[in-house]
Amino acid sequence: MTVVEYVVGGILAAGAALALYRAVRGPSILDRVLALDVVLAIIGAALVLNMVVHRHLDNLILLVAISLIGFVGSVTVARFVTDRK
Amino acid sequence: MVTDVVVSVLLVAGALLSLAAGIGLVRFPDLLSRMHAATKPQVLGLLLFLLALAVESGSWALLPLLVLCWLFQLLTSPVSAHMVGRAGYRTRHLRRDLLTLDELDDVVVRAADDRDGPPPPDRGSGRGGGRGNGT
Repeated sequence: MTVVEYVVGGILAAGAALALYRAVRGPSILDRVLALDVVLAIIGAALVLNMVVHRHLDNLILLVAISLIGFVGSVTVARFVTDRK
Repeated sequence: MVTDVVVSVLLVAGALLSLAAGIGLVRFPDLLSRMHAATKPQVLGLLLFLLALAVESGSWALLPLLVLCWLFQLLTSPVSAHMVGRAGYRTRHLRRDLLTLDELDDVVVRAADDRDGPPPPDRGSGRGGGRGNGT
C-alpha cells in the first residue's frame, strides 16, 4: 500500500504542478479560475488518498467543504468578470 | 489482498485523470477546450477515488455519505462550468477559428435585433459583422 501511496501521490503532484503552471501563465482570469478549480479537485483527491492509506474517515467533511468552496469561488469570479481586454 | 488490488487500480486511474486534466490545461489552445479537460478529475476522478474509499472501508454505512458527496460535485460542477463558459463567451476568450459551429451566435444576433425595437421585416439583414458582442 505504501508503493501505491507514493505512485498516486506522484501522479497527483504532477497534475497539480501542470495546473499551477496554467494558473500562473493563464492569459485570462477565467483560465486561472479553471486551473485553481483543478488544483482544488486534486487536493480533494489527496485527502481521499490519505483516508484510504491510513484507514480513517476524518477528512470527509473537508472534502464536502472543498467542493463547496470551489463551486462558490468559480461562480463568483465568472459572475463578476468584465470585458476588459 | 483482492481488495488492495482493486483499491490500487481505482486510485491510480483517478490520479491519471487528474494528470490528464493538468496536461489538457497546459496543452489546449483556448478556454473552452481547457474547460473540457478540467472537468475530468472533478467528476470521474472523484467517483473513482470515492469508490476506492468505499471498497477499502468495506462498510455499507459509509455509502450514502459518499454518494451524497459525489452527487453534490456532479450537480455543482456543470453549473460552475456553465458560468465560466458564459463569461468566456461574453469576454471573447475563445478562438473562433477553431469552432466548426457557433450556435450561440444566432441567438445573440436575434436577441440584439429584438432589443433594437420592432423587428425589421427582413430578418436576414440584421446580421452585421460586429453585432456578436453584448447581451
